[in-house]
Amino acid sequence: MKLTICWLYGDTMNIYGDRGNVMALAQRARWRDIEADITTLGSGEKLDPDAVDIFFWGGGQDREQIPVSQDIQGEKGTVLRQTLEDGAPMLSVCGGYQLLGKHYHPYGEDQLPGIGFFDAWSEAGPERFIGNVVVESERFGSLVGFENHSGLTFLGPTAEPLGRVRVGRGNNGKDGTEGCIRLNTLGCYLHGALLPKNPAVSDFLILAALKRRYGVEELQPLADDLEMIAHQEAVRRAEVTR
Amino acid sequence: MTFDIRLGLAIAAGKLSALSIRRLGRGGGTALPGIVSNQLDADILDKLAARIPGGSIVVAGTNGKTTTSRILAEILERAGLGVIHNRSGSNLVRGITAAFTEQVSISGQPSGQIAVIETDEAALPEVVRRTRPRLIVLLNLFRDQLDRYGELDTIARSWQAMLNELDPDQTVLINADDPALAAISEDTPAKRLTFGFQQCEHTLDHLPHAADAAICRRCGASLTYRELYLSHLGDYHCEQCGYRRPDLDYGATDVQLNGLDSGSLDLSSGDATLHLDASLPGLYNLYNVAGAAGAALTVGMPDWVVQAGIGEFKAAFGRIERVEYHNRNLVLVLIKNPTGFNEVLRTLAMSDMTDPVMIIINDLDADGRDVSWLWDVDAEHLADVEAPLFTAGIRSGDMAVRLKYAGIASERITPLGDLDGAIDQFVEAVPEGHTAFILPTYTAMLRLRELLHQRGVVQMFWEQ
Repeated sequence: MKLTICWLYGDTMNIYGDRGNVMALAQRARWRDIEADITTLGSGEKLDPDAVDIFFWGGGQDREQIPVSQDIQGEKGTVLRQTLEDGAPMLSVCGGYQLLGKHYHPYGEDQLPGIGFFDAWSEAGPERFIGNVVVESERFGSLVGFENHSGLTFLGPTAEPLGRVRVGRGNNGKDGTEGCIRLNTLGCYLHGALLPKNPAVSDFLILAALKRRYGVEELQPLADDLEMIAHQEAVRRAEVTR
Repeated sequence: MTFDIRLGLAIAAGKLSALSIRRLGRGGGTALPGIVSNQLDADILDKLAARIPGGSIVVAGTNGKTTTSRILAEILERAGLGVIHNRSGSNLVRGITAAFTEQVSISGQPSGQIAVIETDEAALPEVVRRTRPRLIVLLNLFRDQLDRYGELDTIARSWQAMLNELDPDQTVLINADDPALAAISEDTPAKRLTFGFQQCEHTLDHLPHAADAAICRRCGASLTYRELYLSHLGDYHCEQCGYRRPDLDYGATDVQLNGLDSGSLDLSSGDATLHLDASLPGLYNLYNVAGAAGAALTVGMPDWVVQAGIGEFKAAFGRIERVEYHNRNLVLVLIKNPTGFNEVLRTLAMSDMTDPVMIIINDLDADGRDVSWLWDVDAEHLADVEAPLFTAGIRSGDMAVRLKYAGIASERITPLGDLDGAIDQFVEAVPEGHTAFILPTYTAMLRLRELLHQRGVVQMFWEQ
């Protein structure tokens, strides 16, 4: 078996160690003797949905987000939305998460349209949320990460949050939600990188991809001792620092 | 010179607070005296800098500023000059003010003839405005932990604005191998000099992940490298608009690394070539050597003084330090950002070492509170090294996971957790008589020194 992991705009949207997410997906596949290929898809490149098993879309500096939001308009965005609606798994963080919503309104700039996959929208906020985060998620248990964003995301009536913030500020600092989940696609503000310290999320994405392409029903378990040490350490650190 | 009462009071207050902090045993007293002095006289730094007969040299860059400014101070001192220098590495305006306050008399008479000022990236424009240096040395601009400094572009823009405000009697010496520094210094009214590597066999195949994409600042196309040496430093050109690395006023050739101990290079300027031996490991330190030597030559130091100063220089606090402990040699190497960490790992991987390595990661303010940056580091360098790997510190677990996902077998990785308990466990794992490497982040380095000090090992840094 083989999985192809596609890092959307990996050449520009790659800050805050987000490549750790791509590494986690690839390594956890390889440790189960599943071949893993990593590709990137940049501006001006056409998306072939059949060639991808898992998507990752990270954050970038503001000036990098504007050309990306232009590139994702039109056919490319439509194909991506349909692929996700068909059940393709994706993890999106920060800038990528914002562009999966209806729109993002940066400070002092024109509104940037998103692809409208999540019933959510984002706008620049007055302060920057920076610090360790613990989220309680029904599906994954506790999730740990580090938030660093001034954009605020608001969920519409049909959107399901990824979880509730136990420590930290989350989507908008007001309603206690963090992230969004729909079908097999997750969006959130959790850097860290997220997946290495939250292996349950990695395995959710890998299993969704294997199910979709090969009809696989369950994953071979892995020893996650080091991951759990890091996870617990991050929970304690969040409790002490915020 | 008339006695400036306000200045005199500010200097006296600064000196007293430095003294009392040290009496209380509260660390080096490197910043508070500057805050006190600045409160009493807001222009204190401007006034003191203007009184230094030989003027000031300011050194800035993401990596290497402490080492470079220390090498430079060593050379100048060797030439018989009294050097005013913020030696402790306290490099914000208040720390620089404190260093100046300590090194002048109450009447404001400086005790030295020339100043060497190591400066934080964000503080550089203000420091330059207030000290009006004769020479500004710019080493590099790398991605640092982003939660601390904001975006790299912001720093580059503020430096460019500063460079464009300089006067023709000032000089900037830039590392021309860094395309961003070459671009932002193009229009400066100051005299611009360059240093870099003319020829070096240690090259990279591709830009490391931690490097920012190398973009031509003239036309926006990707830069092409004839040779790439370290992060985004190298000999580059733009195939679209023809922009290329400026000619080197100080070009290093025959750049040699001798394992983990030392290196050497030949520095050419015009027809003259100067051979420099340094007891510092790693390419990144040879860039520091080239920058410090170029700066010293620019202010008129004789060749033999430059050679001797570099030859006998011992690494700055915490950058590389060797200590004897329980019949083991511990080599402490500070890591503070992805590029610095990469270069340390690259240097380790070039040697065939088999003795244990301990990496200590903290996440306090000075380390960067977001440990995401560990994922921008190419820990894969260690995949082929046989040494057992230990992790410690507040984020011991994060580092252990980073190593695991770099393809290192879990059995070779031991997370020890809290540093206080880890140090003795680690030392026991090192065979007697052997050498072991310890790679701490900044606050971990401070704690490590404290722990070793308690065990009777090293002097504290402000006693140097």
